[in-house]
Amino acid sequence: MYEKTIAQLSAGLASGQFSSEELTRVFLERIERSNPQLNAFITVTAESALAQAQAADQRRQRGEAGPLTGIPIAHKDIFCTNGVRTSCGSQMLDRFIAPYDATVVERLNTAGAVMLGKTNMDEFAMGSSNETSYYGPVRNPWDLNAVPGGSSGGSAAAIAARLTPGATGTDTGGSIRQPAALCGITGIKPTYGRVSRWGMIAYASSLDQGGPMARTAEDCALLLTAIAGFDPRDSTCVDQPVPDYAAALNRPLAGLKIGLPKEYFGTGLDNTVAAVIETAVTEYRKLGAETVEISLPNSQLAIPAYYVVAPAECSSNLARFDGVRYGHRCDNPKDLLDLYTRSRAEGFGAEVQRRILVGTFALSAGYYDAYYLKAQQIRRLISDDFRRAFDQVDVIAGPTSPTVAFNLGEKVDDPITMYLSDIYTIAVNLAGLPSLSLPAGFVGQRPVGLQLIGNYFAEERLLSVAHRYQQVTDWHNRVPAAFA
Amino acid sequence: MSLGVAEVAKIAHLARLAIRAEAAPAYARNLSAILELVEQMNAVDTTGVAPMAHPLDMAQRLRPDVVAESSQRDRFQAIAPHVEAGLYLVPKVID
Repeated sequence: MYEKTIAQLSAGLASGQFSSEELTRVFLERIERSNPQLNAFITVTAESALAQAQAADQRRQRGEAGPLTGIPIAHKDIFCTNGVRTSCGSQMLDRFIAPYDATVVERLNTAGAVMLGKTNMDEFAMGSSNETSYYGPVRNPWDLNAVPGGSSGGSAAAIAARLTPGATGTDTGGSIRQPAALCGITGIKPTYGRVSRWGMIAYASSLDQGGPMARTAEDCALLLTAIAGFDPRDSTCVDQPVPDYAAALNRPLAGLKIGLPKEYFGTGLDNTVAAVIETAVTEYRKLGAETVEISLPNSQLAIPAYYVVAPAECSSNLARFDGVRYGHRCDNPKDLLDLYTRSRAEGFGAEVQRRILVGTFALSAGYYDAYYLKAQQIRRLISDDFRRAFDQVDVIAGPTSPTVAFNLGEKVDDPITMYLSDIYTIAVNLAGLPSLSLPAGFVGQRPVGLQLIGNYFAEERLLSVAHRYQQVTDWHNRVPAAFA
Repeated sequence: MSLGVAEVAKIAHLARLAIRAEAAPAYARNLSAILELVEQMNAVDTTGVAPMAHPLDMAQRLRPDVVAESSQRDRFQAIAPHVEAGLYLVPKVID
C-alpha cells in the first residue's frame, strides 16, 4: 500500500480494498522502522492517528467520506496542532504544546485526513538543508550522506521514503520547492494569500505561504483543494473561490506558451542539472507546448533583497519569544533584561540569531532607507519583471535548484553559499506568485526538480501542466532503493 | 558595510540577544558578509520606484468590531514558564 499515491489510496479506501486503520498501521510501521535513520519526524502521533483512522472508517461506513477521508498525512512542525508539541525545529519551542489547530490542520482534519506526526524542519524555517534544526539534520532517502533540502526537509524526505503519502510544507524563499526537488517529489507554493497562515508560526509574514507536498501533481491538487480558501482569521488571506484543482488536471497542453528565463540557465547552474531540465523542456514541446526565451532582468537581485526583507520581518516576528508567556525561559534571571536576552540566546540557534541581528540592523535608525526601503524597491522591480513576462507566456519553467542535493556538512559553516541554493526560488516569494517543483530526472542517484511558475492564482494551470508531464514520465514513481 | 564586535554588541542589545563575547567575532564576520551580499542592491538605481511592502496590492480587510474569540486564559497559561494566581511572573521590575 505504501507505494500508492493519495489518489490511488483514495480509490482503494472507496472500494473497500483496505481500511484507513490498516493503511495507517502500514505507514506507522514504516516510520518506526526508518525514522531512526532519516530523522524526518520530530513527533510521531501513533495513538491519535489510529483513533482518527478508526473515525474515518466509521465516517466512510456512514457514507460521508470525501477524497481525503482516511488518508494518512504529516504536518510540518511549523503548523500548530492542538494538544501536540509544535516545536518549529527550535529549542525555544521544544516543550510548546499548541493550544489550538492551524487553519490548514483544521481543514485537513475536517476532510478526514489522518495525522501521522510532525515533520522535521530547519529552525523557524530558516535554512536550505534542514541542518539548522534543534532536532538534528534530516537525511536524504536517495543518499543518506546528502541533505534533503530545507526548510521543509522532513516532509520531503518522509514522502520520498514512502513514510507518508503526503505532507504540508511552508515556503518563504523556496522551502517547499527546493526540498521537493532535492528529494524527487512534487510540491506547490500557492499564490500569497491563497492558503491561510493562521496557526502557522511566522517567519517573514509578507513571504510565508503554506502548501502541499506529495508524490504527484494530482495528489497536490487534492490536498490544495482541501486547504486553500478564505479564512477570516488571517487578514492577508484572499477571499476568492477555490476551484476543484483535481478536476482540471487533464487540460491539454497544445498552445501553451512556456517562457524560459535566460537568467535561470546561465552561470551558476550546474551543467548536469541543466541537461536534465533541457530534456524536460523538450518533453513539453513534444506534448504540444511552445517555448520562448524570456528575460527576468533583475533576477540576480532577488537574493540580496530577500536577505533584507526576510530578516527584517523575522526580527519583528520573533520578538514575541520573550521567555514570559510561552517557550524557553533561562534559569535564575537576575532582572527582566537578563530574562529576555538569555532566554532568547539559549532558545534560538545560530542561523536564527544571525537573521534576527541582520533584520534588527536593517531596521535600525539611520539604516532603514539604505537597506529596508531599497529592498522593497528592488522587490517592485522583480515583481514587474514577472508581470511583463506573463504578458508573453502562460507559464515560466526552469530549474528549481542550481545543483542536486549537496552533502551534509558541506555548506553549514558558510551561510552565503547556503543562501545561493535558493537562487531560482526566492524571486517568486518576493512577487507572491504560485510555483511548483516536480521531479524531472536524476544526476547520478540524486533527483533534479523542474520549477514551474504561474501568474497570480494560476495554481490550476500549474498543476495541470505538471500532471500532463507526469502522465508521460515516471520520475515521480521512482523509489529510493533503501526504502522500496 | 563591515561590522565590528562593538556594533554587533549594540545590535544584539537592540535585538535582546545575549551574545557571548567569544562568539561576537564570528557574528561580526558573518553579518559583514551578509551585508556585503545585500549591498549588491546598490548596483541598481531605484530612484522613483514605489516600494513594495506586500505581494498583493490590496487594502487591509476590516471586520466588525465585535467579540470573536472566547477567553482561553487557563489553556494559554498552562504552557507559560512561570505563572501564579493567573499572572505571568517575571523578575522584579520596580523597587
